[in-house]
Amino acid sequence: MDGNIIQQFLFYLSFPFVWFALIVVALISLCAALLGVTLVLKRYSFIGDGLSHVAFGALAVATALGVTQNTLVVLPVTVLVAMLLIGMGRNARIKGDAAIAMLSTGALAMGYLIMNVFSVSSNVSGDVCTTLFGSTSILTLKPADVFICLGFSVVVILVFIFFYNRIFAVTFDENFSEATGMKTFFYRGLLAVLTAVVIVLGMKLVGSLLISALVVFPALSAMRLFKSFKSVVLFSAVMAVICAVSGIAISVVCSFPPGATIVMMDIILYIVCELAGRLVKR
Amino acid sequence: MNLIECRDLTLGYDDGIVAEHIDFTVEKGDYLCIVGENGAGKSTLMKTMLSLIKPAGGELKFSDELKRNEVGYLPQQTIVQRDFPANVREIVMSGNLSRMGFKPFYGKKEKKRADEAMEKLDITGLAKKSYRNLSGGQQQRVLLARAFCAADKLLILDEPVSGLDPKAAKEFYESVRKLHDEGVTIIMVSHDMHAALSDSDHILQIGGHKQLYFGKTEDYVKSKAYYKLGLNSHPRDSRKHYMAEYHKAEN
Ligand SMILES: Nc1ncnc2c1ncn2[C@@H]1O[C@H](COP(=O)(O)OP(=O)(O)O)[C@@H](O)[C@H]1O
Ligand SMILES: [Mg+2]
Repeated sequence: MDGNIIQQFLFYLSFPFVWFALIVVALISLCAALLGVTLVLKRYSFIGDGLSHVAFGALAVATALGVTQNTLVVLPVTVLVAMLLIGMGRNARIKGDAAIAMLSTGALAMGYLIMNVFSVSSNVSGDVCTTLFGSTSILTLKPADVFICLGFSVVVILVFIFFYNRIFAVTFDENFSEATGMKTFFYRGLLAVLTAVVIVLGMKLVGSLLISALVVFPALSAMRLFKSFKSVVLFSAVMAVICAVSGIAISVVCSFPPGATIVMMDIILYIVCELAGRLVKR
Repeated sequence: MNLIECRDLTLGYDDGIVAEHIDFTVEKGDYLCIVGENGAGKSTLMKTMLSLIKPAGGELKFSDELKRNEVGYLPQQTIVQRDFPANVREIVMSGNLSRMGFKPFYGKKEKKRADEAMEKLDITGLAKKSYRNLSGGQQQRVLLARAFCAADKLLILDEPVSGLDPKAAKEFYESVRKLHDEGVTIIMVSHDMHAALSDSDHILQIGGHKQLYFGKTEDYVKSKAYYKLGLNSHPRDSRKHYMAEYHKAEN
């Protein structure tokens, strides 16, 4: 059976489209994992969750309006909300988590309502399921989606590498960074924009309910085992790619839903790291 | 030469004034200790000097020689989460960033500077250690190294020894003294009157929304402000003695 799965997967690899899917999924998981380390450490991971619901609402509106390239609507809306949430940072009047709970449940409800009322599709619950949990088959990705994902994720990775040292400094100690003249406001904004981009891109693959798993799991797994920021970032990036690729492989061969399969791989990774971490400590 | 000149400064936040009529100067090579009760506005003064908050009034002049990125800062209680993964070297290195302009990565110069800072504070051996596994004293030393890496002209330290045991505190003060001996200007908020009196050369005391004392440390022990402080912080039975001393000082 094992050899069979691998053989079958190799057979699928003869289709260029499966390659495309693999590359895109790997890149997006990589981006999510890179940002995830900072988001988790800054206690911003719930913002990722909130944003994905906002993106869901925006997607519903875009679909109802009949916009074909819906990323062009969803992305700006999500970026804007992200800036508001992270940007207001420490000076927030409303408690952060309460504001986000309001926003995300509100967006979710509105999105579902709009999809039901305005949908022209015959299979509304199927559509909803797809936006919440990702496409049921990776092969339903349109070529345009693939190229948008590719372009944006490369940009996210380059920006992250360029600002890596500063992102570390701001994550570790925002007070010190600000006091020594760094524009911490800029970095909070940057983080917001990158997070929003990754969430909107990832939503297509694993769906808006599951995208925060890609953000949170690799970082938490790496933090169980590693002590330096650099090793945590590197390990979570590598592991995210491995989980993504193996998840896709399994889902293609067994025709499992790809999003949920990748997240399952991430959960297994976390459990392994947690156990290994405990063993090492002894 | 005046590095910092503070004239009739008013400290405050949007919702009110914390202290007024603050007047002092810091010269190159000074070791200034800022003392006062909890909530007197010491941290607020630090933040104002670092331009993290605007003065509510008055003026605060920096000499042209001192650019903003030449001030090193050790914040009061950097509460790093228990699980933050960062090693000592990464943290000290990050002190370099303020002087790097748009340069994205550390070069030879930055690495050398970080190594020197770690050397100076005796933490070279800890370079690869995880920050979260260090003792409180070691952690403060790492943050001091980072501040020193950021700036070697002026260091602003806000209650750097709070929470440390006496031995660690003593070692920390020694490190600060060593940096001062090498010509670094020090401004330190301290709760520890003993250390303030023995190490500093100037004292600034804030209390009751105003400045209670500014001047040389040796004159401070003869001042009214000092005896008032003694009166408040000593047990009942020694009050009489301090009262007498206080009246002597007043006359
Ligand atoms: N961010 C803030 N906004 C408004 N008021 C503040 C803020 N931080 C401190 N304060 C107030 O300013 C006063 C002085 O605080 P602080 O400078 O921290 O005192 P100290 O450091 O001397 O103990 C206190 O009454 C405090 O409540
Ligand atoms: Mg304070």
